[in-house]
Amino acid sequence: MSIDTSTAARVAKLARIKVEDDALPALAAEFNNILGFIEQLNEVDVDGVEPMTSVTPQRLKRRGDVVSDGSQQQAILKNSPDAREGFFAVPKVME
Amino acid sequence: MTDLNTLGLAEARDALRAGSTTSKELTEACLKAIEDAGVLNAFAHHTPEIAMEQAAAADARIAVGDAPEMCGLPIGIKDLFCTKGVPSQAGSRILEGFLPEYESTVSGNLLGSGAVMLGKLNMDEFAMGSSNETSVYGNAINPWKVDERQLTPGGSSGGSAAAVAADLCLAATGTDTGGSIRQPAAFTGTVGIKPTYGRCSRWGVVAFASSLDQAGPMTKSVRDAAIMLETMCGYDPKDSTSADLAVPNFEALMTGDIRGKKIGLPKEYRMDGMPAEIDKLWADGADMLRDAGAEIVDISLPHTKYALPAYYVIAPAEASSNLARYDGVRYGHRATLDAGDGITEMYEKTRAEGFGPEVQRRVMIGTYVLSAGFYDAYYNRARRVRTLIKKDFEDVFATGVNAILTPATPSSAFGLGEMTDVDPVQMYLNDVFTVTVNMAGLPGISVPVGLDSKGLPMGLQLIGRPWEEGDLLSSAYALEKAAGFVAKPTKWW
Repeated sequence: MSIDTSTAARVAKLARIKVEDDALPALAAEFNNILGFIEQLNEVDVDGVEPMTSVTPQRLKRRGDVVSDGSQQQAILKNSPDAREGFFAVPKVME
Repeated sequence: MTDLNTLGLAEARDALRAGSTTSKELTEACLKAIEDAGVLNAFAHHTPEIAMEQAAAADARIAVGDAPEMCGLPIGIKDLFCTKGVPSQAGSRILEGFLPEYESTVSGNLLGSGAVMLGKLNMDEFAMGSSNETSVYGNAINPWKVDERQLTPGGSSGGSAAAVAADLCLAATGTDTGGSIRQPAAFTGTVGIKPTYGRCSRWGVVAFASSLDQAGPMTKSVRDAAIMLETMCGYDPKDSTSADLAVPNFEALMTGDIRGKKIGLPKEYRMDGMPAEIDKLWADGADMLRDAGAEIVDISLPHTKYALPAYYVIAPAEASSNLARYDGVRYGHRATLDAGDGITEMYEKTRAEGFGPEVQRRVMIGTYVLSAGFYDAYYNRARRVRTLIKKDFEDVFATGVNAILTPATPSSAFGLGEMTDVDPVQMYLNDVFTVTVNMAGLPGISVPVGLDSKGLPMGLQLIGRPWEEGDLLSSAYALEKAAGFVAKPTKWW
């Protein structure tokens, strides 16, 4: 699998990380290097092997469907770079 | 009298109980040592006022006989743990200015038992690194020095390892996703244990790869590791993968009697190009355990070779998902926007400015392996391989093997900057002996066993059965006693 600059640009976009055009060839080369290392996994026979979902055999705990926490608006907003009138403020989302 | 900051947890605990010192004196000694060791860049955030208040409170508890194991003992906390009202940045620019409104369960367990927090420790950004060179705070520096070069303390818990080795604290917390406790411990002549996945709550620990991350102690001795681990562990309803199991008294289980125990040596860990000194250390370690009465057996873990490539699918995949939360909205850094920039530009600029190159690389690799069309080829295949890696260990344990002995790292500490120009995969190879343990969710401990010809510490790793940290610590204690490693770095800072 070889990654070209347009694939690198698409991945950067999906990851929401701005990468300048002139940095894309180096990024694509890094991806190819790491993916080349990962390709070794194709040597392994995984037929009939289940993908691991939990490393320790355990069933997730259930709890009652009741409110157990809340009313912490101030604490939640405290670290926001831009909080106004009890909300997180962001740039315009809708065109 | 010995400088108080050079004590271990057990010695200091016993001195406090005997009334021959106070938490205030211990804490002052550590704060002074930290002040003198600025060049090591081990502590990223200093909390001397908090430490002195906690020390006074601990002394009051000790005076009335309410002194849990960790009461009054000054420790450092890795920057990955959220600590209420104290900067917790995970070594990243993107969390600049973040002051948690809550305390992580593990640090809360320690502070609740009376431990004293000296400050927050340097680390690789989001725990992604093996040399502490990806930190926004700059490199942490290994107190071990044998020539003009400055050496890495390892990573990602590099600040923790440097601080413990340089006696800036009695012990420190670390976290381990692929070897981030055990590799730095080996590079600094200290002890580090990663418990079974689920022993320590992950709640309030900044997430890197949730199915692999575990917290653990970094200490000056195996006994200290047992003491501190017990306080850190415990069921936590706030972490859905936390194990609802009783926590044993690890120190009491640590007899060091390994007569009749079966210790396995996996042939796949004998790597091409492994330095002869590491190979010899490993053989010496096996002899020590044999002399102590253990039966040494050759074993095979056939999928070992695939653990690192599988890790470099699974860990970045989980990281890309976990780190999606750093969007410039709820906490931390937000980029300055240009006129007309919308929300997508805000995300993209914020994350480009806030994440360093290694974190960006891993987030994007993770995004790629999870993207449509590649999910099965990469992510699901890696998870299948992970099942096989775990089965390798289960098969070996089913034959009656109690623990597995391996080298901790493929080399001793290397120079800072020496890996800058090699490709990232070369750096990833640092974790080749440790990463299998995270993939299988097992407990693993690094014990210092000797010095190489340059005079740098080298460690061996013991891998235990799930939930049997007590037994693992006992084997580690036997190895520690036999190795008799007492070397300390010569103070140059």
